[in-house]
Amino acid sequence: METLQLIRKARSRKRRRYALLTLLLCLISFALCFLSLMLGNTIYPVQDVLRVLFGEEVKGASFAVGTIRLPRMVAGVFAGFAFGAGGYVFQTMLRNPLANPNVIGITTGSSAAAVFSILILHGSLMVTSIAAVIGGLVTVFVIYLLAKGSSFSIGRLILIGIGIQAMLNSVISYLLLIGNQHDLPAAMRWLSGSLNGLKMETLYPLLIIVILFTPILLVYGKHLEMMELGDQTATSLGVNVNKARIMLMLSSVLMIALATATTGPIAFVAFLSGPIANRIMGSGYSNIVPSGLVGVILVLAADLIGQHAFEARYPVGVITGILGAPYLLYLLVRLNRKGGL
Amino acid sequence: MDGLFHSQVDSHEANVVRQRVVRTIFSLMTGAALGVSGALMQSVTRNPIADPSILGVNTGASLFVVSGIAFLHISAPSQYIWLAIAGAMVTAILVYSIGSMGSGGATPLKLVLAGAATSAIFSSLVSAIMIPRTNVMDQFRFWQVGSTGSGTWDSVWTFLPFLVAGFLIAIFTAPALNAMLLGDEVAASLGVRIGFIRLLAAFGAIVLCGAATALAGPIGFVGLLATHVIRLIIGPDMRYLIPMSALAGAAVLTLSDVCGRLLGSPGELEVGVVTAFIGAPILIFITMKAKVREL
Repeated sequence: METLQLIRKARSRKRRRYALLTLLLCLISFALCFLSLMLGNTIYPVQDVLRVLFGEEVKGASFAVGTIRLPRMVAGVFAGFAFGAGGYVFQTMLRNPLANPNVIGITTGSSAAAVFSILILHGSLMVTSIAAVIGGLVTVFVIYLLAKGSSFSIGRLILIGIGIQAMLNSVISYLLLIGNQHDLPAAMRWLSGSLNGLKMETLYPLLIIVILFTPILLVYGKHLEMMELGDQTATSLGVNVNKARIMLMLSSVLMIALATATTGPIAFVAFLSGPIANRIMGSGYSNIVPSGLVGVILVLAADLIGQHAFEARYPVGVITGILGAPYLLYLLVRLNRKGGL
Repeated sequence: MDGLFHSQVDSHEANVVRQRVVRTIFSLMTGAALGVSGALMQSVTRNPIADPSILGVNTGASLFVVSGIAFLHISAPSQYIWLAIAGAMVTAILVYSIGSMGSGGATPLKLVLAGAATSAIFSSLVSAIMIPRTNVMDQFRFWQVGSTGSGTWDSVWTFLPFLVAGFLIAIFTAPALNAMLLGDEVAASLGVRIGFIRLLAAFGAIVLCGAATALAGPIGFVGLLATHVIRLIIGPDMRYLIPMSALAGAAVLTLSDVCGRLLGSPGELEVGVVTAFIGAPILIFITMKAKVREL
């Protein structure tokens, strides 16, 4: 009897800790949202920002905050969440922190398709979003097909992903070259990822997809915990492994593809969020929401740093690249020491 | 033809031809350097997918050159070629030491990942250095993709001594590298000074790819492509592999350059873009062929 009580107590304590930490991440995200609305050429106090958000006309602030900073912030939040949650799903499903959309080239696939749609088809927002999704899915499919071969291994998957990525990058360069000069600034975003010059209207596809698919991720995220124990264990616990895997893969590719179509491939956010969230929360939970929140924090913080910390303004992708790549190296060193590769 | 042989002819066509001649010579030299560099790296690391670009070595060279231009105000190719070689060396040491940690030594997967991570850091840093300096950005845009369009007679002459030195090292080390293909013990018993040869060959590879990167920017996958195609045709003997890789590298790069100019007309598609597109499938192909445990 006593052990059961102990377990129960420990479990509820763990659950409290989980909720508390998630709340903390939420609070940090909110604080960063406000900061990114307040800071800029003119710094507006909190009450002005709040008044604008509630629809009041404030001289000056309405334009700067409502038209320029708000879309930027919203894009950062949703793209960050999509990258973070999607990246976490990939890393957990393939049981390797290196197997994530950045490293295996899914974001590059989406970028290439989006650039093609914008520069060659002059496609509308809808067409570009669909193209990005198709590009992401096709890339996943091709990499998986090539990696399957005689026996599947994550190492092979990653190497092939890197090769595919190099090819897709050269396609992007080619498209940028033959594209109309006029469209270039819009397309340059696909080289490093940036929140510059976004309008509220262009964000809707991303918002809709993230809001629609996050619940699906959460439902199947429960299965993800069990799938971590191995496919057979999960099946014996009553999980339809194949269905869960397809749903998870599809939803996360959709989210990542649309985030890429909106902001460009913000380097390493999908890669960093999962491990950071695992470190904060402890593993053994489904850390989808925390990973998403970490993604939000990373994107908003990197954007703030890029905008205000230096004389020149850097796109957010450059900052996350500089922050993220050393972590990739550290991870490699650790994996190599453990002999995990 | 007139432009080539009669220096007094000064028509528009003659000038265009002269420009193209320099460019062609320059890309032949760069391709040869990258081809040999790839062959040497593959043999030193005993790793089929070693290539200056995959290991991130030429991104390291770019970073050093761009910092030199931005902070030290260096502008002459003869000065920044040294920076590029230093950068290539630092990166090579870094990537190799990360890649060879842990059990199993430097497996292809570890090396590629270490190289990819290193080039991600370095290319972010290159962007970070270039973005605030828009005036230099346009001029040095080729540091990010690689182009032979910047070739002039000056750069050909600056390049030449490094090319010759690298080739000499490669040819000198070839028989010993051959012996080392049989394994270090066998090579040692055949009287090869393993450590010395390995160091020398690595140095030659770095000088070649550093110099090529300094003048043409980071051009990827040439070494991989050239060496593998040649190895398929003539087998693994380094004595033939090295000169043939040089030829194949030169051919690949020049051909890619022509393709890039035709595809991109009226502008041009940088040669680095073309080589990545045709070279990356080789990487995928090798990966698919390799056995799982070798990764």
